[in-house]
Amino acid sequence: MKIKEQAEVIGQKKLAEGVYSLLLKTTISAYAVPGQFISIFSNDGSKLLPRPISICEIDKENGTLRVVYRVVGKGTTEFSSLTEGDSVEVMGPLGNGFPLEPGKAIVVGGGIGVPPMLELTKQLGNDVVAVMGYRNDDLFLADEFIDAASELIVATDDGSVGVHGTVVDAMKENDLVADVIYACGPKPMLKGVAEYAAAKNIKCYVSMEERMACGVGACLGCVCESKEKDDHSHVNNKRVCKDGPVFLSTEVVL
Amino acid sequence: MNTKVTIAGVEFQNPIMEASGTFGSGMEYSEFVDLNKLGAVVTKGVANVPWAGNPTPRIAEVSSGMLNAIGLQNPGVEVFCERDLKFLESFKDTRVLVNVCGHSAEEYIEVVDRLASEKRVDMLEINISCPNVKEGGIAFGQDPKAVEEITRLVKAHAKQPIVMKLSPNVTDIKVMAKAAEAGGADAISLINTLTGMKIDVERQNFVLANKTGGMSGPAVHPIAVRMVYECANAVNIPIIGMGGISTWEDAVEMILAGATAVSIGTANFYNPTATTDILQGVINYMERKKIDDINDIIGIVK
Repeated sequence: MKIKEQAEVIGQKKLAEGVYSLLLKTTISAYAVPGQFISIFSNDGSKLLPRPISICEIDKENGTLRVVYRVVGKGTTEFSSLTEGDSVEVMGPLGNGFPLEPGKAIVVGGGIGVPPMLELTKQLGNDVVAVMGYRNDDLFLADEFIDAASELIVATDDGSVGVHGTVVDAMKENDLVADVIYACGPKPMLKGVAEYAAAKNIKCYVSMEERMACGVGACLGCVCESKEKDDHSHVNNKRVCKDGPVFLSTEVVL
Repeated sequence: MNTKVTIAGVEFQNPIMEASGTFGSGMEYSEFVDLNKLGAVVTKGVANVPWAGNPTPRIAEVSSGMLNAIGLQNPGVEVFCERDLKFLESFKDTRVLVNVCGHSAEEYIEVVDRLASEKRVDMLEINISCPNVKEGGIAFGQDPKAVEEITRLVKAHAKQPIVMKLSPNVTDIKVMAKAAEAGGADAISLINTLTGMKIDVERQNFVLANKTGGMSGPAVHPIAVRMVYECANAVNIPIIGMGGISTWEDAVEMILAGATAVSIGTANFYNPTATTDILQGVINYMERKKIDDINDIIGIVK
């Protein structure tokens, strides 16, 4: 069930330099699962294409979705100026979420890949180690992972907090093992996590990113290379928006 | 009120279609739109075998438009017939135009021959204008002799009427329209996308992996209207007009300029119900203007 509607802005706050948390009242919340994303449309008619943004939190009771995003261009700059009472056009929920698997889990987020792991961590329950990577000591959402996960391990590029290095360095340093790993972040990070998972023989899900147009699987703009022939075109291109964004790490070429 | 239009003996319940490549075969958008309400579903380009398309990024946004360089990724005609045409079986009220692509004349013919026995295919749109593939596509569409030859060859094999899809990336599109007509085309469709480029000034590199891409969206609409007008006054075969149509006014404008039917492309990406919204807008316009028959306003602006 995909919905396109005007969502009401409940509130917005800045979490870190260029990182914003936007709370939206939308019926999409009734259908959303962790790992899915929504398309947010600009109110400026010259910016046609929606911005695909991952869902950070789902509150079915209050009918809200929270998205946490980084300002990277004119569209997201516009979103960052939205305030309580404004309305913004949204479409979703889009894509497939993370399958919730039993057992001990490691959730890994890097940079703007951190936000979608929050709702996942909450829904997975207690036995979750969260490994979150940041540029510096601007640790957005870290306090919320402390509440949601059984343990939070932080890695920073500049070494100001936690492990000096990447999330993969942090996983190695702590020799983490689990039944399943979930990861979202830049492609090199996903590659590192996938290799770690393969070495430890742990099932691993990764959430991919690509420039999108339609967001619903029609335009074939956002494909990623897959190891097997894809169902749509029978080549090796899975659609990030429709077949993903969550894939098994063994399914895609990282 | 009559909204029916006829192109090459094929009757369409209304002149609203969607543009090839923006709608798949309708599956993804059938969640938003009742395909039975459309004049036609125009499929994504289909080749003889699966095509992988271009590397990513394939998409870039520009002011009031976008660039794409998909490179005609498609599953090939066999899978298309078994899956996509089968899916379209259940939408009896809409006509089906299959967009055909190829690297060579032989490849176009192979697809056209394979589709000959498919009853669900009402018409073929021959893509000689894709700017994102190195061989075939636009290479056929920029030389009037090549346009005429490929049209004649396809026409000789086709069991359904053929529509030649023209490129705007030419000095004079009328010459290409006349060449298609001379080759025996039943109709022409225009415009395909305009070749564009976007450079990321921070990375100091191309945004698209393919460097160039086809530009579409509202920004190209006035160019498309001008070209439809020029072609309508140059040939005697019907025209399917497209290029940046995002509102009912855009659609009516194209019809007034000389298009018998219109296709909606990029607008689907930001308004999944663009096709039916525009159809309703055209009907409202006809009511308000007391137009009994849509055919009465085709090409009346001279």
